[in-house]
Amino acid sequence: MTLEKPLTKDIPADGRALDLGGYERVGGYQALRKALRDMTPQKVQEEVKNSGLRGRGGAGFSTGLKWSFTPMGADAPRPKYVIANADEMEPGTFKDRHLMEGNPHQLIEGLILTAYANQADIAYIFIRGEYKFSEERLARAVTEAYAAGYLGKNILGSGYGLEMYLHVSAGRYMCGEETGLLNALEGKRANPRAKPPFPQVSGLWGKPTIVNNVETLANVPHIINHGAAWFQSLSHTKDAGTKLYGASGKVKRPGLWELPMGTTMREILEEHAGGMREGLEFRGALPGGASTDFLVPQHLDVPMDFTEVQQAGSRLGTGTMVVLDDKTCPVGMVSNLIHFFAQESCGWCTPCWSGLNWAKQILKALEDGEGKSGDLEKLEFQAKFWAPGHTFCALAPGAAEPLQSALKYFRDDFERHIQDQCCAFQRR
Amino acid sequence: MLTTEERQEIEVEMARYPTREAVCIDAMKIVQRHRGWVSDESIRDIGELLQMSSADLDGVATFYNLIFRKPVSPHVIMLCDSVSCWIMGYDRIREHLTARLGIQFGETTADNRFTLLPIVCLGACERAPAMTIDNDLYGNLDPASVDRLLEGCK
Ligand SMILES: Cc1cc2nc3c(=O)[nH]c(=O)nc-3n(C[C@H](O)[C@H](O)[C@H](O)COP(=O)(O)O)c2cc1C
Ligand code: SF4
Repeated sequence: MTLEKPLTKDIPADGRALDLGGYERVGGYQALRKALRDMTPQKVQEEVKNSGLRGRGGAGFSTGLKWSFTPMGADAPRPKYVIANADEMEPGTFKDRHLMEGNPHQLIEGLILTAYANQADIAYIFIRGEYKFSEERLARAVTEAYAAGYLGKNILGSGYGLEMYLHVSAGRYMCGEETGLLNALEGKRANPRAKPPFPQVSGLWGKPTIVNNVETLANVPHIINHGAAWFQSLSHTKDAGTKLYGASGKVKRPGLWELPMGTTMREILEEHAGGMREGLEFRGALPGGASTDFLVPQHLDVPMDFTEVQQAGSRLGTGTMVVLDDKTCPVGMVSNLIHFFAQESCGWCTPCWSGLNWAKQILKALEDGEGKSGDLEKLEFQAKFWAPGHTFCALAPGAAEPLQSALKYFRDDFERHIQDQCCAFQRR
Repeated sequence: MLTTEERQEIEVEMARYPTREAVCIDAMKIVQRHRGWVSDESIRDIGELLQMSSADLDGVATFYNLIFRKPVSPHVIMLCDSVSCWIMGYDRIREHLTARLGIQFGETTADNRFTLLPIVCLGACERAPAMTIDNDLYGNLDPASVDRLLEGCK
């Protein structure tokens, strides 16, 4: 069986972007034509719901279900908004960049279809400021799409109209959190908002708003073209579709691969990433970015989908794993991660902001050989405090994941830092 | 005073949002693109155009790390300090850069050519360690390639 790679198969190998002509030659905008011609918005929603597509931004929420909360019909509040979350700031994650740089029109078509399904009037692409190539290529592609009649008033003569704008962000991890993103788009600090109300009901400027990740949106044209059953058939497991998996750290070939959902960590690491570098052993990995629990060698055969990774005690997250080898200090790695979360905490909730800063100092002391007995218990206590429900947004629960799992799987390393009053891993 | 060009660019953005306030981040970035940073005077001018107080604007500006409220030099280096780069040798690159430039993070060289800043994950983990110079991305860094890149900066 040849593996299907709908999201990446048309991305030119030479690093250029597929332009409008190239995209149309491989079937681009056919899904939009089909939807506008033959499908009601409800039918598009239904197809996506039946496909089993789950959000690729990290949380894995059912995309069809998310859309089903949008108020529809003549008396729905207007304007309605859809947003592509292209903030991609989860450390260890580099998948959306590839999709935007290589095939910007695929994202645009997915966003237009999402807008049509939710009868939205305005679409924003919210992109981080450092993604210069993605920004340039998307800006050009949006202009091309307008010129070809895929955007603007009365798209392809259907009577449906949509405006699409690019918003280039000015930094900070919190902008990727969907309600922080809404505040950023409104010109405010990117503090999160209370939920409920959910953005689908009351989002941007209080109007119904759908926020989806770039990879999620890129799947939509293919689902509309080939149907829900086809999408289900792409995966190895119950969670549908393909997934962009990545690996970074000291593997032989760090990179990104589109594979059937549910591919095992072992296959990704050994076949695609080429295994560990010479002389190094695999000790563990964050399976889907900084805010996921470590998995260790006993989990190598876990299929990497939302359900199975959760059963193994972690989360699929963004699906791009960060690999820890046996010559890299797990305490140092966690210290780096907690430093990141402490820096990016918006300061709203005390357990998050002050707890993260406290944990950061303890970890730094451990690294510097100044750890004290009781430190590990303090760290554990903090991690429990960041659990879902104790804080306003998911940043703090995310920070707890690598810390609590490292304390579980790499306990000896932590204890040795205290006993020996130094770090045994001579880095550099 | 805002230049005609800056004002025109900000007005293009105004058509894209229902409120003036929403344009403020774009407006500050536009001014920064032209002047390198956002001064108190610029904050006042933008505030007038968008009908916002300087205090409100400054509160937004200081939240976002890519808006500079202090002057920076012509070349801004941002070195990724997140996890994949850390594993792949960030410490070594940082030490090389700080020694070679004679400055720490947040500082500008005496000849005012380079400003050095840390940055969170650049989404270039497959070519870690990575940094940007003037928003151009460079990966798989080692001390020799860093030297070549610095020498290439005019
Ligand atoms: C602190 C934080 C940062 C986030 N950053 C991103 C991001 O950069 N990109 C993204 O798509 N989702 C990010 N998310 C998840 C979003 O809140 C949201 O769940 C997602 O955009 C929904 O899209 P999806 O359902 O298509 O996955 C972040 C969440 C948190 C708590
Ligand atoms: S959990 Fe942290 S980042 Fe989220 S709202 Fe609270 S303080 Fe802010």
